[in-house]
Amino acid sequence: MASDGLFRTGPRAASGSHPVVALAGNPNTGKSTVFNALTGLAQHTGNWPGKTVRTAWGTARHRGRLYTLVDLPGTYSLLAGSAEEEVASDFLCHGRPDATVVVADATALERNLNLVLQVLEVTGKVVVLLNLIDEARRKGYDIDVGVLAEGLGVPVVPAVARDGRGLPELMDTVAALCDGSLVTHPRPVVYPPDVEESLRRLEARLAGRLPRGAPLRWLAVRALCGDARVLRLLAGPAPPPGSPAPAGPAPPPGSPLPSPGFSPVVRPRPAVSRTSPETKRSAGP
Amino acid sequence: MPSPGSVPLHLLPPGAAAKVVGMEAGGPKRRRLLDLGFVPGAVVEVVRRSPFGDPTAYAIKGSVIALRREDAAGILVRGDV
Ligand SMILES: Nc1nc2c(ncn2[C@@H]2O[C@H](COP(=O)(O)OP(=O)(O)O)[C@@H](O)[C@H]2O)c(=O)[nH]1
Ligand SMILES: [Mg+2]
Repeated sequence: MASDGLFRTGPRAASGSHPVVALAGNPNTGKSTVFNALTGLAQHTGNWPGKTVRTAWGTARHRGRLYTLVDLPGTYSLLAGSAEEEVASDFLCHGRPDATVVVADATALERNLNLVLQVLEVTGKVVVLLNLIDEARRKGYDIDVGVLAEGLGVPVVPAVARDGRGLPELMDTVAALCDGSLVTHPRPVVYPPDVEESLRRLEARLAGRLPRGAPLRWLAVRALCGDARVLRLLAGPAPPPGSPAPAGPAPPPGSPLPSPGFSPVVRPRPAVSRTSPETKRSAGP
Repeated sequence: MPSPGSVPLHLLPPGAAAKVVGMEAGGPKRRRLLDLGFVPGAVVEVVRRSPFGDPTAYAIKGSVIALRREDAAGILVRGDV
């Protein structure tokens, strides 16, 4: 998986036991502004291993606690298959961040909600940072944050990141997501009945092939979109009927490696690959 | 889903505006164009064309997106915005 190397040298390794917080968003929504404001000089940048995608991670302190922030590449989608989208999608699926911030541009909400809804299919531990509120006001937009949060089923925090406005509230929400005191109820995207039926069948087939806690519905959506890696997994050998899920319980938060992903064609035993990152990386795509 | 009077997006000249009415692209390319905002009903404006005629920059849903000619050709638009 593309993210393994980063995990060993990057945010997970650096984080110790700090919660890991992913920053996702469309390009130019103020993601780096948020990241810089929260991490100050405590940050590192590098190329994502095996990709020409630059990424940054750093440490934020809030109310005496430390958080590892990962600034994911800006994308309009998690599905369309560019290197940036793959990095962002892999990190959300397999890096299992403790919380994810989706930075959204309040002046172009309709466009930005596409990515928000996709992220919500991967993980529910999400807060939407509605940024550029100053620009939106200037354009005469008055967004009802409460209605938006209600519709999405996750918290929405308005912000002007360039002035630092909204960032303390953001971190309070992030902290609550990380320590479990805030539980979200994201509204699922409902597809037409025939698609839902296909998703249900794919999810059942994926469930036996993946560690518990894997984002099955999202991976099923990707299979329907023709994602080669998920299709490879589905084509691989099924576990014998009645056998337990391959990886047992999900890894504890802060474990040194991400869950092994969904390429058991390469490495069929997740429990093994988690203890042998070297072979896993050299065998990776 | 070609509808009467629709044209492929790449034929529009710079400065023109139109409404997306359909998509001929399939598979991952279709998905990609939808994610970029080229969904039915969206208003798209041709911002400028690169000196070599490709790619072309389009304004759509609050962003400017550059598309290659072959990708724009998969998007059907109609001129009455
Ligand atoms: N007016 C305004 N500008 C902002 C705000 N947040 C960020 N910006 C500006 O938006 C531009 C893009 O920000 P950046 O953080 O690089 O976006 P990224 O591409 O998502 O990382 C920069 O010029 C920022 O100064 C905000 O809340 N209001
Ligand atoms: Mg940035």
